[in-house]
Formats: sequence, C-alpha cells, structure tokens
Amino acid sequence: MLLEAGAFCADRWRHLGDDEAVPEDETVTVSYARWTRERAALTRRNAPLGLRLPNDVAPLVLGEDVHRFAVIVLDFPRFTDGRAYSQARLLRGRLGYRGSLRAAGNVLRDQLLFMRRCGFDSFEVGERAVAENWLAAFDELDVFFQPGEDRMPWVLRQRRAVA
Amino acid sequence: MYRYDAFDQRFLEERVAQYRDQVRRRLAGQLSEEEFKPLRLMNGLYLQLHAYMLRIAIPYGTLAPEQMRMLAHVARRYDKGWGHFTTRTNCQFNWIKLEETPDILADLATVQLHAIQTSGNSFRNTTADPWAGAAADEIEDPRPYCEIIRQWSTLHPEFSFLPRKFKIAVSAAKEADRAAVKVHDIGLYLRRDEAGDVGFEVLVGGGLGRTPILAETVRDFLPKRHLLSYLEAILRVYNQHGRRDNLYKSRIKILVQHLGVARMREAVEAEWAAIDKAALALTDDTIADFARHFAPPDLAPVPEADAAFAAALASDKQFARWVEHNTARHKVPGHAIVTLSLKPYGRPPGDCTAEQMDLVADLAEDYSQCEIRLTHEQNIVLPHVCRSDLWALWCRLGPAGLATANIGLVTDIIACPGLDYCSLASARSIPIAERLSRHLAAREDDIGELKIKISGCINACGHHHVGHIGILGVDKNGEEFYQITLGGSADQDAALGSIIGPAVPSAEVTNAIDRLIEVYLSQRVAGERFNDTYRRIGAAPFKAALYAPRPAREPAYAA
Repeated sequence: MLLEAGAFCADRWRHLGDDEAVPEDETVTVSYARWTRERAALTRRNAPLGLRLPNDVAPLVLGEDVHRFAVIVLDFPRFTDGRAYSQARLLRGRLGYRGSLRAAGNVLRDQLLFMRRCGFDSFEVGERAVAENWLAAFDELDVFFQPGEDRMPWVLRQRRAVA
Repeated sequence: MYRYDAFDQRFLEERVAQYRDQVRRRLAGQLSEEEFKPLRLMNGLYLQLHAYMLRIAIPYGTLAPEQMRMLAHVARRYDKGWGHFTTRTNCQFNWIKLEETPDILADLATVQLHAIQTSGNSFRNTTADPWAGAAADEIEDPRPYCEIIRQWSTLHPEFSFLPRKFKIAVSAAKEADRAAVKVHDIGLYLRRDEAGDVGFEVLVGGGLGRTPILAETVRDFLPKRHLLSYLEAILRVYNQHGRRDNLYKSRIKILVQHLGVARMREAVEAEWAAIDKAALALTDDTIADFARHFAPPDLAPVPEADAAFAAALASDKQFARWVEHNTARHKVPGHAIVTLSLKPYGRPPGDCTAEQMDLVADLAEDYSQCEIRLTHEQNIVLPHVCRSDLWALWCRLGPAGLATANIGLVTDIIACPGLDYCSLASARSIPIAERLSRHLAAREDDIGELKIKISGCINACGHHHVGHIGILGVDKNGEEFYQITLGGSADQDAALGSIIGPAVPSAEVTNAIDRLIEVYLSQRVAGERFNDTYRRIGAAPFKAALYAPRPAREPAYAA
C-alpha cells in the first residue's frame, strides 16, 4: 500500500526482478544494477520507467538520466539507516529531479515527516498505517529549523521576514 | 542568554504533544519497544538498570535561574530529590516513570527546556566554553553560534538517523580550551583571519570511546556566514559514508581515520562547493539577532583595591582558599568567574540536590546577573560576580555543601554514573571517585592541579582518556578491575593518556594512585604540574613504582 498526496492508494507500479522480461508498455521499476546493464534498451521504451536505487549508490552518478524516471524508489533497509535521506535531498536539490520519490523498506510513522522534508512524496506502508491513521504524522509539527526540499518556510528566514 | 520567541515556543509545545502521543501509542501497544526505543531516545529517555533515566539538555551549559528551579521541581516531583550534571553539560534524572515523561517535558517546556536529542544517533547537545562572555581571552562570545547550531540541528530531517551520535563543541579561546574541543566529532574554534575577520577553524573526527582520537583541522578558516552550509557538507559526507555495520566503528572519527584527513577534507570541500550556500547563509543581521541575546551584562569596572575584600581574605583562611581555587579573573576588572564545586569530598561527582539547585538559582539572581553555567567537568559556574560580593556568596555556600574549594585539584574528579546506574557499565565509577576524593582531600593543595577522570566502561563517558590520570573500569570474570592511563589532557594541550600496565583490582585503586602521586611529588621540579612531570620523565618511573613488589598481604594486580 502507498501513502501519496494525503491518501492511501494501491501501487500501480510493477517492480521487476532482474531476471524478468521487460514489458514494452507497462509501468515498471528496475533495479539500479539492471539500469546500468541495460540502459540503452530501457531508454528505447515508451512506457514510464522507475528506478530502485540502493542506499549505497551516490545519486549524482545518475546525472541527467535522472529525468528519465517517473519514480525513484529509495530504500530504508532499517529505519535507523538514514542514508536515503541524503540521497533524496541530492536528487531533489542537486539534480533537480521532479518525478515521484518513494520511500520503501522499513518506513515507519514517525519518520514520515522527515522523509517529506527531504523530498519524498510517496511512501510504501503496511496495512497498519490506515488503522493507526499515519496521515496525521505529517501535521504534528509545523515549525522547522532547516530549509527542506518540501519548500516549507523555515524559522531563520521567517524571523527576518517578521522583523 | 537566549530567550525563545513565538516560533521556538510553538515548536517545543508541538514537540511535547508529538512525544505524548508516541508514549500513548507505546502504552497502548501500537508501538513495539524496538520501534519506540529510537523515539524515546530522541527525547533523552534511556532504560537503565533500575528505572528510566531522563537526560535534559542544557544547551551549551547556559541556564537561567527559573530553569534551574524547574530542574529542582523535576527532582522533587518526579525523581528522588536530586539530579546529576554530566560531562555533556546535561542534567540526568535516574528514577523516572515512563508514563510521567510527557508531563515532565511539558513542565520543562514552560521554561524553554527540553530533552530533544540528548540521545540517539543524531546531533547531541552542542557545548561551549563555560566562561563564554566572561573570559578575557575569548575572541567573541561563542554562544550565539551554539544557539544557531542548536536550532539548525534540531530534528534535522536529513541527519536524524546518522550512523552514530554526533557532538559539536565551540570555543573562542583556542589558547585556553575549556570546552574539550578536540575530542568532539566537530570542533569549532573562533579565530580571526589575516584581515581581522572572525570565522571558524573547523576540526573533524575527535572522540573518546573505545577508539580515542583527537580531531584534526579540515579547514583553517571558515567565514562565519557559511557555518551552516559547511556543517551540512560534513554531515552529508558522514551520513553517506560513515560505517553502519559496526556500532563501534560508526563515529565520524573512524571515517576520518579510514580516509585520512586529506581525503576527508577533499570530500567535504567537494560537497561544500556544490551546496547552495545562499540557502543556509547567515546574514550579518541574523548573526546580530542572535548575538543580541547574549549581550554582555552591564558590569562597571571596580577598583583593584578593596579593603573589605582584603580583610576577609586575611581573616578567613577557608575563604581565601576558596577564592584561590574557585574563582578566576573576569574580563571586567573587579569581577570574578566563580565555580561552585559539585565534588564534595567523598561524594558522587556531579550530583546536585533540589535544595542546592534552588540555592544556585537564588545566588545567580543575587550575585551573577541571573546567569548559570555548567562545565564539562561537572561543576557549576556563576560567571559574573562582583568581587565585593564574594564573601556574602561564599557564606551561603557552606551550609548547602557547595563551598568545596577544589576546582582543578585532585579531588575535582570527573566520573560517569557507572555500574551503580548504567546498563552499559562494566564496573562502578562512583565508589572509586568517592574513595579517592576522601583519601586525597588532605593533601590536595600540595598535589596541585591533577585531573582524575573515571569511566565505568570503554564508552568513556567519564573522559578517562584525557585525564592526567585516567581510570577505566573493566570486568574480569565478574570482578571489577581498573586500567590506569597517564598523561591525557582535554585542554589546549590535548593529549590521549597512555595505558601504564595491567589493570588493578578495585580494592587497590587508592593505593595505586597514591604510588603514582608519590612519584610525581618526589620528582617534580618547581612549578611543575603532574602532567608536566610525566611528560618530562616519562612513564617508566611511574610504572616501576606502581608495579613494585608489595607486601604479601596485598593482592596482586591482574595480569
């Protein structure tokens, strides 16, 4: 199940294994390893393509290719492993990626707001997210002390605007 | 000192509500202990041996009287009537109930105190020179920058799940480092460049723990407007490349050692070159806004000659001793920086009762411009005391047990809570500190400056690596032994101590320290402190004395 744009929804993407054939006209994500191996063939397709990027790959290696993806899936193998937060910021802030940025893996309620601030707009969550109303997690704080990829105002600049 | 505005207060109240809901979900079973643990740790709540421990942040060690009174309130209402000040200038309460923690944090929020990020793998409390704003040798007050860092590092969305905890210290007096800057993940010295502009020397990769390392300079001079973007560059390199496979190799110091400081510098500078610096730039106006909070108090210079003060010194030897050891020159003539010792002879270092906290708050109002500081050496500073008030101040300390005149002396011991409280400890620290303090008190004036630091395990919360004499508790088949290091320092001459030899059993520690001190006393030349002598003559004489054959009734040291 996904949490996107303030609602729960089903995942319309198919996440291809590396040994599965690539369908011509289906929205699929591929692994980073497959992308590097089959880049030429994958870019010839017309259907939207997504990328699953492991959290030990520096996103800057994608360069301009980043704009070829409709979704990039970043991984939280454990919620305590925060490398994907930096990947997200680099994809958004440094590479100017404007597609969907999805958090996958050990995605928990109390990290959702951090993720949104780093540029994630899609979250793979379990069934419990509905019962426990994880949507509320985004509204728990509205004062921020850092600029974020979500473009929310932040205190240091808000103060000078008030002054 | 810094006062919250509407943004700060709103944030803190939202944060308390957020945490209250997290506790509710935990108590309702919606969160497993594994899921709740990082959440409570982000609010400084540890599960210790006997109860929960709550660690409250004292940002850069600066406290207002009403904040100190609130700590007293927490001690009385929610704990057993006392608290413990730590080497990170935090305040710990050791007997806390989980279900009461939201109320404690709500109480604290009314005086702009919190427990955010006093644990967990994120930024910890940023520390500073406890004499900031009062010392004559500082370039400028470091606290505005500490507050800027505190705010920027609060619930940082990118850096709240780092490989490991992250500690920053700021000092504006490199030649008299009172903030142990070089044993921090990032150390910042305020300095001037050739043009006279103020900025920072940036050091990275210091730390204690099981792999003690002194920080190295990655940038000689960083203009202050770029402070936050440069910190972001360092943290981003660390967040991506710091090790996560081994808890003990995950601090940034290990990354710096692995890469070497030159490659670390390249990585940081490359990241910094690509960062949008304008987004995080500190304008002169912004810096001035923060600096205004720390405007120096209006202290009138007082003539050096003061007949009443001189008479008091002459008439009361105890007072004169206290003035000698516990006061230092203030930048304004006729005023003093006063340190109140939390090291009464034979008692646990750093403990403070609710009554003592209330008294310190009163004293700060009466004599110190409403300012209180905490030191990483676990004492309390009243930074702005007029010399003519020292007698009246001192007279009120004795009955409260706060007049111990031992700052910088051998009984001014740092010790972690150790096995009496801590679930990580291998051995007890407090009883060792108490025995040494009681034993050495009578001779402390003769021994002079000698810093003993005691940790109950390899994590080194008691900073043993940087003690002139360091004592580390180790467990040997269920028995407490203590490994001794010599020659460390956390000051401007920062150094890591060297292990002198096999660990000694608990019952032998006092005797062992005695032998080391005897070597110093017999070998020192005029004016030499313990470390001076040690550095001159080396470890051999100390080792020989410590491990010399002893009477048969004494137990042998462990091999």
